Amino acid sequence: MTIASALYIGLAVLVLALASWTIFAQDDYAAIVGFVTYGLLLSLVWVSLSSHDIALTEAAIGGGVTGVLLLGAGARLRGAREPTGLERPGIARRVSAAALCTLISVGLALTVLILPEPAPTLAPSATANLAATQMGNPVSAVLLAYRALDTLLESAVLPLALIGVWSLASDRFWGGRPGLQYHADREGVLAFLAQLLSPFGVLMGIYMVWIGADHPGGKFQGGTILAAMWILTRMAGITDTPPISRRWLRIVLITGPAVFLAIGLAGFAIPGTFLAYPAGFAKPIILIIEAAMTPSIAATLALLLAGPPERKPNG
Amino acid sequence: MSAATLFGVCSAALVGLGLYGLIIHPQPLRKILAFNLLGSGVFLLFGVIARRGAASGLGGDPVPQALVITGIVVAFSATALAVALLLRLFHETGRTTLNADAPKNSSDNPPRKSPDS
Repeated sequence: MTIASALYIGLAVLVLALASWTIFAQDDYAAIVGFVTYGLLLSLVWVSLSSHDIALTEAAIGGGVTGVLLLGAGARLRGAREPTGLERPGIARRVSAAALCTLISVGLALTVLILPEPAPTLAPSATANLAATQMGNPVSAVLLAYRALDTLLESAVLPLALIGVWSLASDRFWGGRPGLQYHADREGVLAFLAQLLSPFGVLMGIYMVWIGADHPGGKFQGGTILAAMWILTRMAGITDTPPISRRWLRIVLITGPAVFLAIGLAGFAIPGTFLAYPAGFAKPIILIIEAAMTPSIAATLALLLAGPPERKPNG
Repeated sequence: MSAATLFGVCSAALVGLGLYGLIIHPQPLRKILAFNLLGSGVFLLFGVIARRGAASGLGGDPVPQALVITGIVVAFSATALAVALLLRLFHETGRTTLNADAPKNSSDNPPRKSPDS
């Protein structure tokens, strides 16, 4: 057994142990902390599967932002009543659920073990056409050229989810500021950290968007870092969420998907199909899409985390 | 056993664990957590299939890899919406149960906020 395979086995055991902890822990808060750790370890699994783009996304969104969201929700639900005896599943239900889930797991595991050799792959066609997209990272080429339609639909999902979250606001807070207000010591450690870290974080976020064309990275990973910096300064009480009725905010949120859609529609005119880029102009067009999408993604992620408006616009 | 096969089996176990948690936990927050675990297992299965398709000097098939990135972002959006729904339910009723027939114990409930004006 090589060192690498020992490392992989250790990683798999740790991931499964944390996943079990997330499911079986009695305390909700402990389960959420387990889930955040699980997300970070899972990004190591992605690295060992040579999927560095996914590793960055998993660490930033899967573990990081989802973790913050669930921790915030867990803290607010602390006062909730424990479920009554009526709601707790009985032993028969537990056993049958366990049997069903084991069956599904075993079925999936067997499927993994009998997958065809050699595995079907689109990697050769992805690399063969990479020159036409003028990009160096095949994953970014898939996201922004070969399968740009998926990414366009995804960029539509983000504002739709935000509309869903906002529509849960009470009538009297409609148009107000999302989330609670944080009061932190202006001279405290958190404020110091937020002031020190956020310029570097913003730089790193923009770098990650720029480098995404040729190396692991991209607008989602970079946008998440930008959102995280905003959240950090918000938690330190330096910035606050803007009222959702602000016109500039809505323009920022919708610019990215609108530009993406406009470029897609322009494809009908020049090369002749939806989302087709004119030959030789793929790179500048992709850069325009990325530049327009990044602020929209960062703002949408941060506002999804902040939740529906809970304060009056001037409060 | 290659890394891909090992993590493939691991992802199968994660799907089962997540589904189990989704079925047995009565609290919606734990259901959301379990659903995310189930989703990450499915993503990992995709990643293993991508890894098996390594060719042309790439570490994996970029098409499923890109799909997983899209999937992670969409999963976060859905989680944010689910959490917002849950917090609103708690705010309205003071409870977090999904069971509509659960006995109402009004003395335990925090006072409902004044009706929206």
